[in-house]
Amino acid sequence: MTAQETAPVSAGRGEPLVVLSGVQKHFGQLHALQDIELTVKRGEVVVVIGPSGSGKSTLCRTINRLETIDEGTITLDGKDLPQEGKALAALRAEVGMVFQSFNLFAHKTILENVTLGPIKVRGMKKEEAEKKARELLDRVGVGHQAEKYPAQLSGGQQQRVAIARALAMEPKVMLFDEPTSALDPEMIKEVLDVMVDLAEQGMTMIVVTHEMGFARTAADRVVFMADGAIVEENTPEEFFTNPRSDRAKDFLGKILKH
Amino acid sequence: MDAVFSNFDEYLKAFGLTIGLFVVSGIASLVLGTILAVFRVGPVSVLNKAAAVYVTLFRNTPLLMIFIFIFIAMPVLGYNFKFVEGIEIGGWNVSAFFFRACLALTLYTSAFVCEAMRSGVNAVPLGQAEAGRAIGLTFAQSMNLVILPQAARAVIPPMTSVLIALAKNTSVAAAFGLAEATATMRGFTNNNADQRIGIFVAFAIGYIIVVEVISLSSYLVERKVRVAR
Ligand SMILES: Nc1ncnc2c1ncn2[C@@H]1O[C@H](COP(=O)(O)OP(=O)(O)OP(=O)(O)O)[C@@H](O)[C@H]1O
Ligand SMILES: [Mg+2]
Repeated sequence: MTAQETAPVSAGRGEPLVVLSGVQKHFGQLHALQDIELTVKRGEVVVVIGPSGSGKSTLCRTINRLETIDEGTITLDGKDLPQEGKALAALRAEVGMVFQSFNLFAHKTILENVTLGPIKVRGMKKEEAEKKARELLDRVGVGHQAEKYPAQLSGGQQQRVAIARALAMEPKVMLFDEPTSALDPEMIKEVLDVMVDLAEQGMTMIVVTHEMGFARTAADRVVFMADGAIVEENTPEEFFTNPRSDRAKDFLGKILKH
Repeated sequence: MDAVFSNFDEYLKAFGLTIGLFVVSGIASLVLGTILAVFRVGPVSVLNKAAAVYVTLFRNTPLLMIFIFIFIAMPVLGYNFKFVEGIEIGGWNVSAFFFRACLALTLYTSAFVCEAMRSGVNAVPLGQAEAGRAIGLTFAQSMNLVILPQAARAVIPPMTSVLIALAKNTSVAAAFGLAEATATMRGFTNNNADQRIGIFVAFAIGYIIVVEVISLSSYLVERKVRVAR
């Protein structure tokens, strides 16, 4: 295992928002997360990159406790993640998540997908929730599809709806787990544009992606993972042009050939 | 078939009782079975195991044994359910016989309902529950709002089979003194041995009608759920 090589990273835009400390996670014999130390500041955009199976999704999912951890602590805005029940549900409402496979509610319209959380979790009135949902859908460019069902939309449109659904909860941080990996090339840009917009508006984001274009334009920092550990952290420019660990050099060599 | 036509009110009453057994134990089984299924897929390990034991126990025991236990063993142990005798629903007196038969049918059928529900829940992609949790729904909310409505679609065909089996299983009550359709048919054939085939056909038609009504209802529900997509 390569030692973690931490570079002095750009100042970020604020106070620590998400802090992982000494996080360990096993799947049976497999040590899926090894002693993870990661601090994400308010307004910061962090891109997580690394080979398949390195634990990127697992890392993302521990932050809203879709996966539990064995050891260590994770805090959001200074508070420990609750273990279960209502408090955990309330925490998840503060953390938006966008999945690789969109996961829109298949039996609900686009509009209902976006209003469900605000109405049921935040107790917002239906008219108000719908008004806000339409604004969000317009913002991600699918306003005219509001009455349709997810299966009637293209992948790119579904993913933008999924982003709107997460934003409707007014989360403190947004997690993206390979949001464009399931999309055809011509749809990738429309989703990335929405994400770049979000980043520019100051949303705190943790993004698992191999889209180097996105990392270079929007990210403050790149975190490189291999075998369950954070191997290297740096600014995008430094990381892509001048990786320091052998694992990162090897990995970048592979993806740059494509 | 004369025996049937000249005693048609008795024939109707017999099927009335069959339908009564079916409706009461059907509703009770759907409720109990759904609760068990929620326990089975839920995060609480004690409830999960308890529901699993229940299903194993009642799904693997012949219905007749459950009837024997409730009608013969339980009264010996002091549980005769006579307390239901005073209850009157819509001018109709609940009998301890009827109650026991419904209890036996419900205990048995709810195990199958639970498994049908669970297969339906498992047919809903895991990502749907995760997306529900990710926007802050509680377990109960994500069950009610996200999983069960989608599971309903996959559940209808197996659930129809379970309910048809229940309709026919009500005939086991015949052996325990309930004058439902099968017991009444036996009475008719005993008194009119020469008309056996006609009587048999008349009662078979009665069962076929009951089962066809269930299938038709299931078809209508299935169509409605599909349109609602
Ligand atoms: N629920 C699970 N049970 C057992 N093992 C798991 C589970 N989820 C993930 N793993 C294992 O943990 C390791 C890390 O998985 P993870 O999905 O976090 O990787 P990843 O970096 O996101 O990979 P990819 O780029 O393929 O998405 C892998 O070896 C994977 O097989
Ligand atoms: Mg992954």
